[in-house]
Amino acid sequence: MKKTDKIKLAHGNGGEENSELIREIFYKAFDNEILNKSEDSAIIEEGKLAFSTDSFTVTPLFFAGGDIGKLSICGTCNDLAMMGAKPKYLTCSVILEEGFSIEELEVIVESMRKELLVNGAIIVSGDTKVVPKGSVDRIFINTTGIGEVVKKGISSNKIRTNDIIIVSRDIGSHGATIFASREGIDLGGDLESDCASLYPIVKKLLDENIAITALRDATRGGLSAVLNEWAKQSNICIEVEEKTIPVSDVVMGFCEILGFDATSLANEGTFVLALKKEEEARALEILKAFNNSATTIGRVTNRHPKKVILHSAWGTQRFLDMPSGELLPRIC
Amino acid sequence: MKDRLELKDFYSGFRQAEVIKSYAKLIAKEAEKLNSQLNIMEVCGGHTHTIMRYGLKQLLPPNISFIHGPGCPVCVMPKERIDHAIALAQLSNIILVTLGDMIKVPGSQSSLQDVRANGADVRFVYSPLDSIKIAKENSDKTIIFFAIGFETTTPMTSALINQVIIQDIKNMLFHINHVTVPEPMKVLLDDKENKIDAFIAPAHVSVITGSKIYDEFPRDYQKPVVVSGFEPVDMMESLFMILKQINEKRCEVEVQYSRSVTKDGNRRAQRLNDKFFEKSDSFRWRGIGDIAQSSFRLKDAFRHLDAEVRYRDKLSTAKIDDHKLCICGDILKGKANPKDCRVFGTVCKPSRPLGSCMVSSEGACSAYYRYGDSP
Repeated sequence: MKKTDKIKLAHGNGGEENSELIREIFYKAFDNEILNKSEDSAIIEEGKLAFSTDSFTVTPLFFAGGDIGKLSICGTCNDLAMMGAKPKYLTCSVILEEGFSIEELEVIVESMRKELLVNGAIIVSGDTKVVPKGSVDRIFINTTGIGEVVKKGISSNKIRTNDIIIVSRDIGSHGATIFASREGIDLGGDLESDCASLYPIVKKLLDENIAITALRDATRGGLSAVLNEWAKQSNICIEVEEKTIPVSDVVMGFCEILGFDATSLANEGTFVLALKKEEEARALEILKAFNNSATTIGRVTNRHPKKVILHSAWGTQRFLDMPSGELLPRIC
Repeated sequence: MKDRLELKDFYSGFRQAEVIKSYAKLIAKEAEKLNSQLNIMEVCGGHTHTIMRYGLKQLLPPNISFIHGPGCPVCVMPKERIDHAIALAQLSNIILVTLGDMIKVPGSQSSLQDVRANGADVRFVYSPLDSIKIAKENSDKTIIFFAIGFETTTPMTSALINQVIIQDIKNMLFHINHVTVPEPMKVLLDDKENKIDAFIAPAHVSVITGSKIYDEFPRDYQKPVVVSGFEPVDMMESLFMILKQINEKRCEVEVQYSRSVTKDGNRRAQRLNDKFFEKSDSFRWRGIGDIAQSSFRLKDAFRHLDAEVRYRDKLSTAKIDDHKLCICGDILKGKANPKDCRVFGTVCKPSRPLGSCMVSSEGACSAYYRYGDSP
């Protein structure tokens, strides 16, 4: 990254360019032991608290399955839940563009209120700014949250070769919904974002004493970003059976038309689990009660450390890389 | 037969493991009868991606090789054409509209995504007809549609021009970069050193043009052609068809993608193209050079819509060659493999490409980078 470079949309993709930006600019400046762990939320106060922040901007503001308000609560609460923490206290900071509709703002805030109830969390501090027309795109929301760690030791840096990899439901529906709606592509009524709070599922897993190694919600960059990050952070190889990756017909159809990979589409209520093989059956039973498409997709080996290998149903294999660039449809 | 097609009907039948494995066995059996190495050029970059993404090479015997062809529309654009897009985007009061694949392609100095980051209004559309909406919403600006693609996408541009005329849209111009498939294939075969034994041709092109555009290859060059779909089952079946032709000493154009390709193609689309376009005398292909009759330009009656005419004084026509370390030219000619390139994956990466083959969704280097070698 050179000083003369400019920020491009690709720098926010959750993939390769995004990692480079974070590593070379922010991690370099803010370097410390907690940050460097690169977990979904920071674990502080001797492991007692989880702490995380996220900013939300989305077009359209209202989409099938959610809106920016619901997203802004799910996003931060899910990052806390992924560290085995119960979301408790959130702050909410809103930047509004001059001319934004009060009616829409009320709908958004009501969505936030409802989603806080799902998590059992409360907003305890907030801030609003209004900026001249054109300075932001209608509304930007930041939420920051503190959670109480219920189960210590969940970490993306500790995945080992006897772990298996599970995904909590079919992937890619948020990314597909947002893209289709932005581009005016109508694929029938089935496409809906997975936007949801994950703490209730995590709570059930913890209540049942499932020994979880790692959890991560597959947001920007999708499933392939999570698997690649884990492979690097834990210095392991993840081998995935392609046919077991759950993708709904409508998301698959969307990917086929536009030339996308469901594994790099964003999710907002789908997470990946690494846990011991012995825990597989019990974990799947719990996950399937929430969404029947939960399934095991792969295993951890030491074949190619730091890499993800995808096996096809017909016996071929290839590496699954970190997504790169913007989501751009093919020409033909 | 179902009343209504579902999305999954377009792919689900064409990725069955058992069918792919069966074809692998049939191909292996036919390949045993070959006397020498068989080099098949898959002309289209979409096929290169199918081969890499689904690992098809791993299923083939060693005496069958692929030579990756020049069928990647943005890859074959010389840098001066990409620079046109970038120069137009930077003019004041212009919105440059194009297809997504163009955004990252490197010109001589920068790319469309670079100038967009610097404030240029660059938008991509999936359907060119969406440009109409952009034009109507921005009546104070000039919309330039940078049209790119082979015969598959030319009718989409024609349909857009047609609507611009019907709806009397005054603020839209076109920069035309539509090229044709058969002409570069002939140039590659005219090269005495070529090693091509047979072609897999892109089905989507022939949906528009028909399979007849390849008639001259068996007739004049003694090269079999199979017009193939893009799913793994399609490609495996096409390979099997080529092997059968060779082993049975036949040499003809066959259509594997019979679900949409006919000999004559989509005549309505062809008529629409003929209304607006005529062949240019010559077009400079990146890596291959000037090829006669290999591209389209607007007919004289529509030259007032041509951004190249309107902005003639702003667009340089000087030829710009690739970076000296970039071997995209040889890759497009089928003379080199992405892995032969010294800068592949090091200096040249999708996030910082030297050549467009690394960033296009149909580029060979992009296929090798994304899907890599088998582990």
